[in-house]
Amino acid sequence: MRYLPHTDEDISAMLTSSGVKSLDDLFTSIPRDCRRTGDLKLPKPLTEWELTARIDALSREVASSPEYKIFIGAGSYDHFIPESLSYLLSRSEFVTSYTPYQPEISQGTLQAIYEYQTLTARLLGMEVANASLYDGASALAEAILMSLRITRRNRVALSRLIHPLYRSVVETYLKPTGYEIIELPYLTDGTTDLSSIDDMDDLAAIALQSPNFFGSIEHLRSAAEKAHEKGGLFITSFTEPIAYGLLKNPGVLGADIACGEGQSLGISRSFGGPGLGMLAGKMKYVRNMPGRLVGKTEDSEGKRGFVLTLATREQHIRREKATSNICTNNSLCALAAAMYMASIGGTGIRELAQINYDKSEYLKRELTRTGHRIAFQSPTFNEFVVQFPPHSKHKYDSLIEKKIVAGLPVDRWYPELSDHYLLCCTETMTKDDIDLLVREVNS
Amino acid sequence: MKEISELYLPDDVRYAETHEWVKIDDEMVRIGISDYAQDQLGDIVFVELPKVGDTFATGEEFGTVESVKAVSELYIPVGGEVLSINTDLDDAPELVNQDPYHDGWLIEIKPDDLLEVENRMTKEDYMEILEGEE
Repeated sequence: MRYLPHTDEDISAMLTSSGVKSLDDLFTSIPRDCRRTGDLKLPKPLTEWELTARIDALSREVASSPEYKIFIGAGSYDHFIPESLSYLLSRSEFVTSYTPYQPEISQGTLQAIYEYQTLTARLLGMEVANASLYDGASALAEAILMSLRITRRNRVALSRLIHPLYRSVVETYLKPTGYEIIELPYLTDGTTDLSSIDDMDDLAAIALQSPNFFGSIEHLRSAAEKAHEKGGLFITSFTEPIAYGLLKNPGVLGADIACGEGQSLGISRSFGGPGLGMLAGKMKYVRNMPGRLVGKTEDSEGKRGFVLTLATREQHIRREKATSNICTNNSLCALAAAMYMASIGGTGIRELAQINYDKSEYLKRELTRTGHRIAFQSPTFNEFVVQFPPHSKHKYDSLIEKKIVAGLPVDRWYPELSDHYLLCCTETMTKDDIDLLVREVNS
Repeated sequence: MKEISELYLPDDVRYAETHEWVKIDDEMVRIGISDYAQDQLGDIVFVELPKVGDTFATGEEFGTVESVKAVSELYIPVGGEVLSINTDLDDAPELVNQDPYHDGWLIEIKPDDLLEVENRMTKEDYMEILEGEE
């Protein structure tokens, strides 16, 4: 697609053709006092040279890997991305194609989405996955809305160990609607305390994240049983899908809906976005799923073809009666995830998960050996919380000077956990990197 | 799509402006959608019906019918309590297209007021409405 600005001749030709005198005449239907007068307060335009220099200066202000050794995950994970992905994704057939509104003409796009759905459903152990949503946080909010629609109840129970920013997005979705969110506290072992559920009625769903924000692996099966006893649904959220290469997947453990962030699957961290909202569920709830779904069928001559199924429930057709407000999917990111899953395969994802687990266990052991306290004793996957000595902030800052980011302080969201840091270690960290961190922390 | 003259509109049911039909059967009434409605919707792929025991006031939405090109709400022509639903539609929603007045019926209700059925349109009145919509 070319971006050619309109010339004065273009504009005057269009004005003549549409029969108005000036551009301002096109806005007369907007009341005068609602229109902006004067220019926007923007800095003056820059030349290309100046702009490049400015952006370079900005990028030097942020710590990014591999220059910095960043031991932070917390919802965004540093994973190796095969070069084949970058090449394939940059092909114009994928990069420039937009959501097809006459979808069946774009068989390639539909097939790519179909394969993403298939691989996602397999990874999560669910019966059906949608074509993707924006990110893990909105996927969780949509999963909760789904449970409210299905059960026609008004109350959901959310673990306090779901990513704090996800919970904040859920609150934004639910606050104006009168639905009630109950927060489930956590136990000293770093998993969710489910005991209060016994006294709760009318629950549409219980939602847990596993591995949770502290990196701990939750007891999904018992949470699922409790949710089902109460006649509600069980939702499993996740920020690190690589974990399911090693752990039992949400479907096996009784989840009705599994949803989360797919950034780990071949998408660069890019300082926070774009992400990939993954959402999968049981087949019996498919008509309450948000977004779109691609299906496989046969044409009148018996040839295989892909179709946009359930599209009639989307917003561009049903308007305010649509299943959800979501009317799009992150196709390119979903495609990256499909390519990634297909590239490394079932065995690859198991090995990769094992490497993540082993490296983070090594870091955990080394920290314990050198006298640091691991805050929670539950098994973890590739991140965990460590309690550094009091007033460790100074030390933390001095390590950043040395281009080491020693985890994420969690007291911003958990004020009771001062001097607690969430550390992550993926396959991109070498033994030397880990040893360096431990040495520096103890120096 | 069918011309109005081609539509099958039986005399022994009454019609609502929202294209449902209603038919008295003893103390209860049976409800479905008209030949016109199924023809406009095209191939029906899913029918979402209420639960037995649900109650609706006249004109309330009681379900949806989904075709390959649209999802439409179903509005109850006479208020009452749902006595039974057509479970055959779970596996064969196309019955609504093939036989909208018999095998493709939707729900049976115990009406709050049986006489209300008489307030719905006769075939002749309904045809006038349809001609207006053409």
